[in-house]
Amino acid sequence: MSEITRRDVLRRLGATLMATGVLDRVSAQEVHHLALAQSGTNGAYTPKALSDQEYKTLVRLTDLIIPVENSKPGAVAAGAAAWIDMLASENSQLKDIYTKGLAWIDAEMKRRASSVFVSATPEQQTGLLDLIAYRRNSTPELDPGIVFFTWVRRMTVDAFYTSEIGIADIDYRGNRPQAAYAEPTEAIAYALKRSGL
Amino acid sequence: MPQVSTATVHDVVVVGSGAGGGTVTNVLANMGVSVLLLEAGPMIGISDFKEHMWPYNVPHRGAGAKGQLYFNQPTGFTYSATFGGSQIEGEPYTVAPGSDFSWFRSRVLGGRTNHYGRVTLRMADYDFKPKTTDGLGFDWPISYSDLAPYYDKAERFIGVTGSIENIRSAPDGIFNPPGALKAHDVLVQRACAKNGIRAVAARQAVTTVPRNGRPACHYCGQCGRGCTTASNYAASYVQIFPAMKTGKVQVVANAMARELMTDASGKVTAVSYIDKTDGSEKQVRCRTVVLAASACESARLLLNSKSSRHPQGLANSSGKVGRYLMDTVGFSMSAMVPALSGMPHYNSDGYGSHLYVPWWMWDRHKELNFPRGYHIEVGGGYGMPSVNSFNGVVNRVEGYGTPLKQAIRDEYGTSIGLSGRGEMIPNEKSFCEIDPETKDRWGIPVLRFHWEWSDHELNQVRHMQTTFRAVLETMGGRIATGGGRGGGRGTAAATGMGSQPGQQAPQTGQSGPQTGVPTVPGGQPSSGGAGQRAGNAAATVPISRGGAIIHEVGTVRMGDDPQNSPLNKFCQAHEVRNLFVADAAPFVSNADKNPTHTIIALAWRTAEYLAEEMRKGNV
Repeated sequence: MSEITRRDVLRRLGATLMATGVLDRVSAQEVHHLALAQSGTNGAYTPKALSDQEYKTLVRLTDLIIPVENSKPGAVAAGAAAWIDMLASENSQLKDIYTKGLAWIDAEMKRRASSVFVSATPEQQTGLLDLIAYRRNSTPELDPGIVFFTWVRRMTVDAFYTSEIGIADIDYRGNRPQAAYAEPTEAIAYALKRSGL
Repeated sequence: MPQVSTATVHDVVVVGSGAGGGTVTNVLANMGVSVLLLEAGPMIGISDFKEHMWPYNVPHRGAGAKGQLYFNQPTGFTYSATFGGSQIEGEPYTVAPGSDFSWFRSRVLGGRTNHYGRVTLRMADYDFKPKTTDGLGFDWPISYSDLAPYYDKAERFIGVTGSIENIRSAPDGIFNPPGALKAHDVLVQRACAKNGIRAVAARQAVTTVPRNGRPACHYCGQCGRGCTTASNYAASYVQIFPAMKTGKVQVVANAMARELMTDASGKVTAVSYIDKTDGSEKQVRCRTVVLAASACESARLLLNSKSSRHPQGLANSSGKVGRYLMDTVGFSMSAMVPALSGMPHYNSDGYGSHLYVPWWMWDRHKELNFPRGYHIEVGGGYGMPSVNSFNGVVNRVEGYGTPLKQAIRDEYGTSIGLSGRGEMIPNEKSFCEIDPETKDRWGIPVLRFHWEWSDHELNQVRHMQTTFRAVLETMGGRIATGGGRGGGRGTAAATGMGSQPGQQAPQTGQSGPQTGVPTVPGGQPSSGGAGQRAGNAAATVPISRGGAIIHEVGTVRMGDDPQNSPLNKFCQAHEVRNLFVADAAPFVSNADKNPTHTIIALAWRTAEYLAEEMRKGNV
């Protein structure tokens, strides 16, 4: 473990923990955790389970599910497709769901627009999603797409909100040492006022 | 099969290293008694814990290395401090036709205390004398005053949050200062008050002040992933690691106890175990043995210790070993509370629950159609996002894109969950026995479970339903249909995966089956009825499945009469003077108090008694 990383750890832990004398025990563990954290999800990813074409389709689907919003990065930047592909590479059942599902998406788009999904216009793409993103549109013809979209949507949401980007996006503020548990006075005042209690 | 038996006779062999075994080991070691500790799972170290880790620190992010989460399979808990589960490869159990029971086992040093909910409640005075109180079940052979000094010792040693309240159902203890209430706690407390219910500071096994070299809690909210500062209680890092430093303790990991060996006088002379590392069978000789393998494992070990002298198993002339198996009555309901939507975010982690509701009707049973009572555990806040956190809202709103994202954002942190944890009356139809056919991978006969809830429990759940709905609606909550399964974090269960859209998905295993903190990760309400189990006549009552609350107790109960209780009032076998039981097996009833605190207090008392009996030469 490099000294730089170790210093990062010490800085993160901060003075509050030093005062408690806990630092040595915690720091070793933090170093261990940081080392694990180095494997980022950004950058080029070579799909392991899916073909390049399938993977591109999956990336586009994740982009539509959790898009860039007011320049805040979405599922693509968070590496959602890579995570799904990684799991699919470890699980043949999951891989099967994705290869068949992505094939259905392309076949359906070809039927509708004579184009595979990624080459279709954004309007054509969302036109298909507007059908398969809702259970109320269930028909024998659409059901394979609806089932598959449920999988992609669930796993994309999971991938996004368990990424560094997604955790920042949802504004989760915990998982860090605190010297004391402060009463959340502002939040309490808000909740009481709105609840009428 | 080759047997290896060393000549050394150990003073005390402890089987199992959870709350009971950890306590016995620590107490004896500090009294200068040497202990050999057998643990069926591996050794553990602080570096095995995942505290402070982010989901992206593990490649699968908690979904299981092969994405098992998405296929309703155990994820292996690789992102929590939970080890084991209801399914362990090669170590099955069976359930009798018509019964429904789930048996959670941890095979690791520290057992289930590594991850448990850390709810720390004393039994009340009347909890020791339930039969005297209402004619049902059985009285304990001890009273509150017998155990109170050991609750004191346990609290001083462990550190327990709480406040002095003078409530008969919830005896006060020696508390360290509790953390401030969270925003949702304040709503729950006020909504309870409007319904005539008093909610108080949660009593959690977390030290908020430095204690015995353990720093105070740092409120990171990651209790379920193992505490790297040992600020919360787990037998591993609070009791066993320090005990090992005394030089009095030898831990043998991966040692699956098979049988207790006895001599002609009926005393235990050795423990036979399987060394899981090579499958060989070994023996350790002992002067005394303490079983703390978990209630059902301890019963199994006794029942499997059959000989011509003990045809029903050891310490079982009464035929009561395995009998009166109890779990906690569980039911959970959660609601989306609009008043919390748009609230300024804050770090709500703390140490799990900061608020709980002791049973408030202990003197009003005439108004009720069930005996005994329950307490309520409170969950909510801005939990760390994890896989499955938002599955509920996603399946409800469907769609995609910015509207989906906005719905997730709006709902994050707005869910409040209430979990009832109630008392089950022991009955003749709930027990475990040796399955005549099935053996585990080591050739050890396995347990077969029989289970039935009675109307006592079902009516209690109906009361929980009505009460929780009233409280949640008082704060403007929109009830998630029916409420979820009673078990722990089951409120995260949600619909939508599987072969058909909308099919119910199981609970996520990734957060661990933490039993005490009904956290609602990510803040979505539970979907209706997911994961509920109903057996027997329970078809319309969403009671937890037997075993699901992971509070299985009973099976080797204490009592003054050797004819109907295997153990005496010191948790010593009536028939085998050098055999003690120190887990939840000695429990005579299962009060609405999570069992761990009583396991610790009872084990502490047993250890002191054992040491004194050894000193006197009686064992």
